[in-house]
Amino acid sequence: MAVEEVAIVGVGATPYYFRGESAPQTITELAGKAILAACDDAGISVTQIDGFAYYSEASAGYGDKMDTATFMETLGIPEVTFTAALTSGGGGSAGSIGLARAAIVAGDATYVVTVMALQQLKQRLGTVFGAAPLSPQNSFLMSSGLVGPGHLMSVLTRRHMHLYGTRREAFAEIAISSRKNAANRPQAQKRDPMTLDDYFSARMIADPLCLYDFCLETDGAVAVITTSLDRARDLKQKPVKVLAVAHGGRREWGRAFAWYGMPDPDFASSGHAPVAQRLYRRAGVGPGDIDVALIYDHFTPMVLMQLEDYGFCAKGEGGPFVESGAIRYEGGSIPVNTHGGQLSEAYIIGMTHVKEAVEQIRGAAINQVAGAEVALATGGPASIPVSGLILGQDR
Amino acid sequence: MTDTRSTTLPPESIRITTDSWTEPFWLAAKDERLVAPRCGSCGTFRFPPTPFCPACRSQDTDWVPVSGGSVFSYSIVRGLPGNRDAVLVPVVVEFADAPGVHVVSNLVDADPADVEIGRAVTLDFVVIADDWKLPVFRLADLAAER
Ligand SMILES: [Zn+2]
Repeated sequence: MAVEEVAIVGVGATPYYFRGESAPQTITELAGKAILAACDDAGISVTQIDGFAYYSEASAGYGDKMDTATFMETLGIPEVTFTAALTSGGGGSAGSIGLARAAIVAGDATYVVTVMALQQLKQRLGTVFGAAPLSPQNSFLMSSGLVGPGHLMSVLTRRHMHLYGTRREAFAEIAISSRKNAANRPQAQKRDPMTLDDYFSARMIADPLCLYDFCLETDGAVAVITTSLDRARDLKQKPVKVLAVAHGGRREWGRAFAWYGMPDPDFASSGHAPVAQRLYRRAGVGPGDIDVALIYDHFTPMVLMQLEDYGFCAKGEGGPFVESGAIRYEGGSIPVNTHGGQLSEAYIIGMTHVKEAVEQIRGAAINQVAGAEVALATGGPASIPVSGLILGQDR
Repeated sequence: MTDTRSTTLPPESIRITTDSWTEPFWLAAKDERLVAPRCGSCGTFRFPPTPFCPACRSQDTDWVPVSGGSVFSYSIVRGLPGNRDAVLVPVVVEFADAPGVHVVSNLVDADPADVEIGRAVTLDFVVIADDWKLPVFRLADLAAER
């Protein structure tokens, strides 16, 4: 008997707020609004949700937790039959749909919600490593002044520039292209045009990374509902089929930029290569079949390294590939982050990429890629797991 | 002219903590020696120190002094909250005689413009909180000029 297929049937989001501006709403309130919006989008009642599939250890951003019982209590969800989370951090965002899939395929749940909410009033993500409690492991890292993810990834970026001749112009192209995609989106936090001059005049934070290589600091929430393809066909929206979803990574990547023990070529990579290969094999597609790529963009160079690891160009050629205009919505060979990404739309730890992938396959995206049939969304680079999701049309 | 040479974070603010597998590294640093764990069974280095050899799972460990460091990669950090004026050069150092060992620390007393991947570094130590010492690095030829 074939394994049951699953589909995403609902997506919902709160407005995206600048850091601290979602108050006085609470984190549970933000998550609840996203869940209700996703149910409405799917045409189901929230009382039909019987599964929760989180990532990032069910943390809500950094410093808050999400709790299934709390959601049940306030939203009136009568019973759950599955509640679980992927380990580690944001690298599991796309992969959390695989956790939902596992619950559905096993018959453990029928309507599974994945949700991420964050508020950065208490702890800014940008200095989260510097604020982490001291441990024997991080004592080998913390003294250096690499206080945030961007600082940590700047060291990987430098190695990529050294090995392959990658230029800051490539990072600028990623920032500028993302900004252009956000320009016509009412929900985007940054819509003003960005020029090459703007980019090169920006403050260096962790050289070679400047302010515009860093993603936004957002408050908000996004929720996604997954169910079986059979059920999906009776719901309000056109089903968006999960062609494949995978998470994991190899030891050579490991704890990544919290470790720095990676050898070449893993050091200057996104760690996604093994996940990408598995994902393509399972979906029965290759990079040439992807119509639109929603690439986790916490920092511009990590988009470039993922483009290499997902086979859109050869390893080391991400710089020239990006600089050629290949990732642009207008005129690019593989439109990337048509929603403006975490660099310009909003940073909800990967969930906006899943949402945009769904809208592209529905044919309902604001920056719709004409005839998009196959979409890729990714989570990470981060400590293992990193993850990827390929969505496609039903039938 | 402003002093643009790189430093560490304020040394008294740098804290470390240990467990039974990492403590030998920090105790050696107190004696101003940089050591890394090498498997006593198969000779594979690992870093930071962990309970098992990832190649053969042995727990036999030799603590070996490492030398011949060079810059594997680095960043230049300015404008840190609480340290706005400081310039830090966080560095990943690799060692000719300890393949696989990458030590993360600071390159100190360097003009950031002089730093390049592949440049040789020398070892120094900075006293940090609770009388521990942090291994730090200097660009090798600059140290020779002193
Ligand atoms: Zn061994």
